[in-house]
Amino acid sequence: MITGFLFRALDRKAILVALALMAIALLVPLSNLYLPASHPLHVPTHILSLSGKYLTYALLALALDLVWGYCGILSLGHGAFFALGGYAMGMYLMRQIGTRGVYGNPVLPDFMVFLNWKELPWYWYGFDQFWFAALMVVAVPGALAFVFGWFAFRSRVSGVYLSIITQALTYALLLAFFRNEMGFGGNNGLTDFKDILGYSVQARETRAALFAATAIALALAFVICSGIVNSRYGKVLVCVRDAESRTRFIGYRVEHIKLFAFVVSAMMAGIAGALYVPQVGIINPGEFAPANSIEVVIWTAVGGRGTLVGPIIGAIAVNGGKSYFTAAFPEFWLFALGALFVATTLFLPKGIVGLVSGGVARLRTGREADRIEETLQPEAGAAE
Amino acid sequence: MRLIILLSGLLALILAATMPVSADEAELRAVIAKFSEAKKFSQTEAVIEELQALGDTDAVPTLNALSDGLLQVRESDGAVFIIKGDGETVDLLDPLTREAAGTAPGADLRKVKVKNSIRRLIADVVSGLTLRARNSAVRLEAAETMFSRPDPAMIATLDGVIAEETDAGVKTAFMQARAAAVLQSDLPEADKLDAIALMRDRGGRDVLPILTAIGASTQSDAIRAASREAIASIEESMMFWDAGQNILYGVSLGSVLLLAAIGLAITFGVMGVINMAHGEMVMLGAYTTFVVQEFIRTSAPWAFDYSLAIALPLAFCVSGAAGLVMERGIIRFLYGRPLETLLATWGVSLILQQAVRTIFGPTNREVGNPSWMSGSFEVGELLITTNRLWIVVFSGVVFAILLLVLKRTRFGLQMRAVTQNRPMASSMGIATPWVDAFTFALGSGIAGIAGVALSQIDNVSPNLGQGYIIDSFMVVVFGGVGNLWGTLVGAMTLGIANKFLEPYAGAVLAKIFILVLIILFIQKRPRGLFALKGRSVEA
Repeated sequence: MITGFLFRALDRKAILVALALMAIALLVPLSNLYLPASHPLHVPTHILSLSGKYLTYALLALALDLVWGYCGILSLGHGAFFALGGYAMGMYLMRQIGTRGVYGNPVLPDFMVFLNWKELPWYWYGFDQFWFAALMVVAVPGALAFVFGWFAFRSRVSGVYLSIITQALTYALLLAFFRNEMGFGGNNGLTDFKDILGYSVQARETRAALFAATAIALALAFVICSGIVNSRYGKVLVCVRDAESRTRFIGYRVEHIKLFAFVVSAMMAGIAGALYVPQVGIINPGEFAPANSIEVVIWTAVGGRGTLVGPIIGAIAVNGGKSYFTAAFPEFWLFALGALFVATTLFLPKGIVGLVSGGVARLRTGREADRIEETLQPEAGAAE
Repeated sequence: MRLIILLSGLLALILAATMPVSADEAELRAVIAKFSEAKKFSQTEAVIEELQALGDTDAVPTLNALSDGLLQVRESDGAVFIIKGDGETVDLLDPLTREAAGTAPGADLRKVKVKNSIRRLIADVVSGLTLRARNSAVRLEAAETMFSRPDPAMIATLDGVIAEETDAGVKTAFMQARAAAVLQSDLPEADKLDAIALMRDRGGRDVLPILTAIGASTQSDAIRAASREAIASIEESMMFWDAGQNILYGVSLGSVLLLAAIGLAITFGVMGVINMAHGEMVMLGAYTTFVVQEFIRTSAPWAFDYSLAIALPLAFCVSGAAGLVMERGIIRFLYGRPLETLLATWGVSLILQQAVRTIFGPTNREVGNPSWMSGSFEVGELLITTNRLWIVVFSGVVFAILLLVLKRTRFGLQMRAVTQNRPMASSMGIATPWVDAFTFALGSGIAGIAGVALSQIDNVSPNLGQGYIIDSFMVVVFGGVGNLWGTLVGAMTLGIANKFLEPYAGAVLAKIFILVLIILFIQKRPRGLFALKGRSVEA
């Protein structure tokens, strides 16, 4: 069964993308570490960590695409899963600081000493172990998505209602994590990390390794998503998106199908967050801001939803643009982003990938174009 | 509504009562000028007594300044001033009006000398003056001050003014102030028991510590029992007042939510479109108010009190026009794709925010309260701020007008028809695209006038709208679409629930709790409290 899954997952395109990501995972860090700075192919460290960040965003966008592009669930709260994964990793990194904090307390992180806490809250137990933190990175977002999705899908909350309550979810978490009493560092979040698995997070080698880990994680997630959407389950997933009621009438348990996709997607978002935190060196409640989650949606839309390559391209392109704009014309970034939202929805519903493959398909059989056409049909007639 | 009229009438009365009573200013000035000749303490005392004889509370600032050593004489012409600041040159203030009256070098000024006995005399005269002031509001205030700082030495003075007092309200206040002083004194037990009874009748939060203190310090069982009983009875009534206050705060928050959400409810109800730029329409309204006020400040300062009345129609037009452009330019191409509409309107909201930030700057802009909206008053133990009260009234009016538009006009009829069954309405000859466009403009325009109201209680910044957008969604989701009453009930429920939870859980936890409750609620009733029924729902 697993071989079958893999076999279907690795169609030619998927193999290509996965191989390309693996090559990036290998070559970019090597060029950063071993090529002299003067070499034309040398990747400077700041570019390395910047693109590492983009890759975590790409993973997040891929996670969102699985539920939005393939299942029609527009989650405006995926930033919450991302941030929860990030906090789980951040808690591990905080515990690794040990006595090197400002107050030198071997157990309590600095902010707890500052708040006069006497002992570690129970939910911080175990985070000194990497395996436990790694487990929590997927378990916490997964559990939240399961509980939330269980309630939401069972009572058939869908469409914009679902979007709004996912937004409320991340907003509620934003407010909660801002509170000092929550024990997650309040406004300042978790920062000032020293070590990960015994290696300094500041070291060039660690940064390179984190980049490689991110690219590999993205490749794995891509293969898994590819496997999911190419399996029988994936076909049903698309059915749910295009005609939910019909799928239900045929006899599928729509809520279970949605729930599975939602939970898998949340776990992937959690992993993206966990890889993001050591690379940027901070996690704070701002990551829960509803605006962030909506931005993820636009990455996916720009790249092309309903395709697996699209979100990766979209996340990297939009964030590359953001880095450029916020440095060159800080005034205009929001104009550009706003215009991107409007223009993408109006003129580019299939995203960049749709544009490209639409052109290619006109030359070829048109099979691909038809497929994308189908994927973007609105849920017309679904409710009859 | 009747209550509101009653309350505003009450407000007017209180305002009238606090109008300053014009005193015989020339006479006062003549006496104050004598301080310049008072070289000896005895002479200073004589002048103070003369001021006391005039019995005018306007002399109080002068006396207080004298006590503080700030009353000084300009050597060159013998004029008397209150000084401000120190150093080489000091600012001079008029001793009566405390208005700036130029500056003078420190060397040219001579202090009117005082000693401790004179300070005591001044304190007595000041309290005597205020307790016997012609203006009953000043007397009442003096009584309140004495109540909060009870001094057994004042009992005799209070006895005197209680005997003279004619105003029943002020008399009660004096009695209460006396009671507070009695409890601090070493008068016999019977007096103290009377005092506790008085305190109990007065009630209120500030009585509790006094009673607690007397109960803890006294030797007498009777006093202890009486004070315990009084505390219990006061706390009981306090709970009642607290609940009332919470409801009041809740209604106030609820009407803010109602204003912000009602336009959203209309557009969502009619078009099934989530307008993420709704908050920015509110912001546009607030900035329109700002622009109107700026214009008035520079060219017609006398019209400032009318600024809101001018801003209201303008804000409606500005936001409504923005909404109309948005609908015609973007949204109409996205019908049937609600999720894409959501994204496109979010893009518009980012553009609007940045546009306002570019034009007006990222910081908060100052929007003033017209005089008729500032201040506050108390009813029993309830503290009511005037601007909040006006917003409650205002949102009620907006709600009523909207209800009329929906139920009594042709446009409202068409709008309701489209909400309930779009294809059927279209077949009956209703131009649904134009109903959509004008509905969107109407919803946005209402957001604009909500912005005028919110500019009075919130910071006017480019992020103003974002603070309300999620709450507004919650109201709409909770209340259900296609029914304005649902929005009203939703807004009030959320507002009141929020304010009732706040004392127990704190503002942030209360908000989280409400959000979680709504998420759970939507499981039970995915279409809100007042959901439309029938086959149109699924369309």
